[in-house]
Amino acid sequence: MDTTAELPIKMVKPDIWPYIKSWITPLIVPLLLLLGWHAGVKVSGTQLIPLPKEVGLMLYDFAFGGIYDDAFSETLPLHLWSSVTRVYGGFFSAALVGIPLGLLIGRIKLIRDLLDPTLQLLRPVPVTAWLPLSMIFFGIGPNAAIFLVFLGAFYPIVFNTIFGVKSVDNRLFEAALMLGCSGSSLFRQVVLPAAIPSILNGLRLGHGFAWILIVVGEMTGVPEGLGAVIMDGRMLSRTDLVIAGMTVIGIVGYATDRMLVALNNRLLKWSPQHHV
Amino acid sequence: MSDSERRPLPAIDIKGVSKVYSVGGQTVQALREVNLTIKKGEFACLIGASGCGKSTLLRIMAGFETASSGVVNMYGKPIVGPSPERGMVFQDYGLFPWLTVKENIGFGQRQRNLPKAKLNEISAYYTDMVGLTKFADYYPGQLSGGMKQRVAIARVLANDCEVLLMDEPFGALDALTREKLQQDLLEIWARTKVTVVFVTHAVEEAVMLSDRVVVMTAGPGRIEEDIKLALARPRDITAIEFNQVRRDITQYLSSHVSSKVAA
Repeated sequence: MDTTAELPIKMVKPDIWPYIKSWITPLIVPLLLLLGWHAGVKVSGTQLIPLPKEVGLMLYDFAFGGIYDDAFSETLPLHLWSSVTRVYGGFFSAALVGIPLGLLIGRIKLIRDLLDPTLQLLRPVPVTAWLPLSMIFFGIGPNAAIFLVFLGAFYPIVFNTIFGVKSVDNRLFEAALMLGCSGSSLFRQVVLPAAIPSILNGLRLGHGFAWILIVVGEMTGVPEGLGAVIMDGRMLSRTDLVIAGMTVIGIVGYATDRMLVALNNRLLKWSPQHHV
Repeated sequence: MSDSERRPLPAIDIKGVSKVYSVGGQTVQALREVNLTIKKGEFACLIGASGCGKSTLLRIMAGFETASSGVVNMYGKPIVGPSPERGMVFQDYGLFPWLTVKENIGFGQRQRNLPKAKLNEISAYYTDMVGLTKFADYYPGQLSGGMKQRVAIARVLANDCEVLLMDEPFGALDALTREKLQQDLLEIWARTKVTVVFVTHAVEEAVMLSDRVVVMTAGPGRIEEDIKLALARPRDITAIEFNQVRRDITQYLSSHVSSKVAA
C-alpha cells in the first residue's frame, strides 16, 4: 500500500510550500547581492568600500548609538524626520496642485490649450537642473529641497491625471446623461471615479520621484536630512555612512510605497486589473 | 401632462428624419426621410443589415444625436437630448465599473436627491426584478455578460423610463443566455407595460420578441417594410406560423441585399 503512505505528504506539501516560497523568492537576489558585495570587498582588498557587516554596525549606531559614539550616533530619527517632512511637503503640495490642474486641463479645452504646451516644454528639463535656480528662489534651506521634490512629483501626477480624465469611455458619459446626471454631477460621479486609477498611478510615480529627489534637494546646504548625511559621508570619506543613508532611503521609500499600493488596492477594489 | 391627455399621442413619432454625416470631407447620408410612429406599450424591432442606419435612428430617439432634418417627438414633445424617460441599453453595457450592482441600478434615482431609504428600496426592487439580489454587492467586473445586461436593463427601469431603447443588447451573449434574457425581457415588458424599441440584425430574435418588425435597408438608410406580427404569445420557435413569418422577413432582407449586389 505505497499510495496511502505517500498521500499525507502530497496533501501537506501544496498547502505550505507556496507560502514559504512567496517569502523566500523575493529575498534570494538581495541575499546574493550582499554575498557578492562581501566577497568582492574581501577578494579585492579595497579600503574604499566597507563590508556589509560594517554598514550594518553603522546603521545600528546611526539609529541607537553605543558603537562609535560620534556626531552621527543616534541621529537617524532627526535626519529621517527632516527628510520625511520635506518629501511629504513636496509630494502633498505636488498632489494638491497637480490633481486639480490635471482635472481642469483634461476637461476644459481652453485651459488645455493655454497650459499644456508650456508644461510639455518644461517637462523634459531635468529636475536636478533646477537646483541652482531653486537656491536663488528659496535661499539655502529646506524650502529649496521641498521645491525640487515638488517639481519631481508634480509632472507624473499632473500628466497621469490629464490622461485619466481624457480617456474616460464616452459610453459612460452617454449612460450618465440618459440617467439624468449632468453638469458638475457628471464630473463628480463619472469623470473623477473613472480617472482614479490613473490619478493613483501618477501619485505612486510621483511619490517614487519625491524620494529620489530628496538627496539632490538636500545638497542645497541643509544641515539635516538623509541627503545631507549622505553628502557629509561623501565629504568625510565615510562610505559606511553613505551606504547606511542609502539603505534607510531605500527601506523607507519601499515601506511608504507599499502603503500607497495598499491604498490603491483598497480604492480600486472594483478593478482587480488595477491592483499592484 | 396627465396620462389621459397623452394616451392618444404616440410614444415616439418620427417625421421626415434625415441624417447626414461628414466623414473626412465626404458627406454620408445615414438616414433619408424616415417616418415611424411607435405606440405606447408597443414592442417594436428595427431590423436590417449593418449600415442601414438602425442604430443611428435609435440614437436620435435617445437624444444622443440630432437629426439633420425632420422632427422627433415623444408624446408630442420634441426630443432635444438624453433624458431618463428614454432609457438606453447598449450592447457593451455601459455600466459604471466602480459601482456595485445595486449602486448601478440606483444611479438614476440617486440624481434626484431622494431619501436614502427610498433609494435603497427602489434599487432593491429592481435588483430583484432582474434576479440579481444575490449579486447586489458585486462589481460589474465580477459579472457575466448576461448579468451585466440585466443590470443595464434594471437601471433604466428603476429610473422610471417610459421608452426602453435597446441597441443590439443581446448581440454579445451566447445563445443560451440570449434566449433566457429574451424571455425575461418579455416578462418585464408584460409586467411594466414599458414601450420597447429594439434594434437587432437577428430575424429570429425580432420575431420572437416584437409586435412589429420594421425592416430597414441601407444606402441611404430608410424603412423598407413595416410588418405587424399577429403571432400569439408565448411564441413557439418551432411553430409553422413562426417560421412562416421568419421566412418572409428574411426574404425582405435578402432580396434587398441581392438587388443591391446586382446593381
